[in-house]
Amino acid sequence: MIKKAFLILLVAFTGYVFFVAASARPFGSPRVVVSKRYLEKGLNETGSQNIVTSVVVLYRGFDTLGEVTVLFLAATALAALISGFPFERKERTEPSLVMSTASRYLFPLILLFGAYIFVHGHLTPGGGFPGGVVIASGFLLMFLAFRKYRVSEGGLIVTEGLAGFFYVLIGLIGLYLLGSFLASFLPPGRLHTLLSGGIIPLIYILIGFKVGSEMTGILRSLKGEDENG
Amino acid sequence: MAENIIFYGSSIALAAIGLLIALTRRNLIKIIIGLDLMETGVNMFLISIGYRRGGTAPIFDIPLSKAVDPVPQALVLTAIVIGVAVTALALTFAVRIHEKYGTLDISKLREMKW
Amino acid sequence: MPEVILIISGVLGFFLLVSALVAWLTRDLLVAVLATAAAGLLVSLFYLILQAPDVAITEASIGAGLTTGIFVYVLSKTERYEK
Repeated sequence: MIKKAFLILLVAFTGYVFFVAASARPFGSPRVVVSKRYLEKGLNETGSQNIVTSVVVLYRGFDTLGEVTVLFLAATALAALISGFPFERKERTEPSLVMSTASRYLFPLILLFGAYIFVHGHLTPGGGFPGGVVIASGFLLMFLAFRKYRVSEGGLIVTEGLAGFFYVLIGLIGLYLLGSFLASFLPPGRLHTLLSGGIIPLIYILIGFKVGSEMTGILRSLKGEDENG
Repeated sequence: MAENIIFYGSSIALAAIGLLIALTRRNLIKIIIGLDLMETGVNMFLISIGYRRGGTAPIFDIPLSKAVDPVPQALVLTAIVIGVAVTALALTFAVRIHEKYGTLDISKLREMKW
Repeated sequence: MPEVILIISGVLGFFLLVSALVAWLTRDLLVAVLATAAAGLLVSLFYLILQAPDVAITEASIGAGLTTGIFVYVLSKTERYEK
């Protein structure tokens, strides 16, 4: 009891120190030295009207490559760790008729919505990552609605690997044509149209496929399956 | 001053409660839930640092003096997705530990030697 | 910031703390997972107030959708109650 009270006091004191340190620069006054350059030149240099997208893909593209690598590592390690786990089916009834009928109609619409989010990453908020996650939640709906729904493991592995491979290939093409890794070798294009923004649509389509197949692979590994589905 | 307390205070409080869950609870899955809350709190703190008074979102044609900071948003976008992948990996460790030892209580797990 | 948005943020911050406390104090792990999903949704609303729409969409889809699914699958393979 004493130990718990001491811990609460210690964490509260640490939180208060952080709060005082953060209030030294009060809310609403960021230091915008780097961001001012991105905001001023971003629209004309990159051609995409979403500045956050151009920061993620073009100005800080190497960090996004690092994130894609970490995701790949986590999904592979998870699949390797869970393999061989004995599967026993715990639910006793089939999901209801409303669920199975509605899911059959909703699933292509959810996939279409996810694809819309990552194709229009440079025009509307969103981008590759939430688009891939929406696709994975469509597959989660199908896993919950049908007991025998299967996704082929080989298809997921091939999609994930090829998407990552083409990401690095685009970076190397930028290195060959323009002299720096992940440079934008496509023209900026006309503003506010779909074919603008250099390599941003290509990279976000690849990231959308990669994140979607990875999250679906994670859900499939955790669900487990036996010979009946 | 009230804005400081609302935005900074609730994000730091969320991170602090997540840390307390990870420190005082003994179930392994409860500890992982605490780590998830801590990540959410820290991400919210980073974005509330980048806000600008009277600013709008950095999208569409914006007058440059009125946009919020886009760099913390780009970094937090990355951090959220990595957080969910690492949480899923930690949970599979918990599943394997429960299968092998039959318990998820870390005080009992600490006593088992090999 | 206009006053109305400050009052709304205050109410959201209060509910955020309440859901975090529920996640701490309950013994039922399913309730704790749902409290985490509620906290993720409230944080996504905060991101909208802080003018960050990309991050709001990402946090809403991941925090409220995917982590709940992963936690429930894992809870079905282990125990539901603490202790």
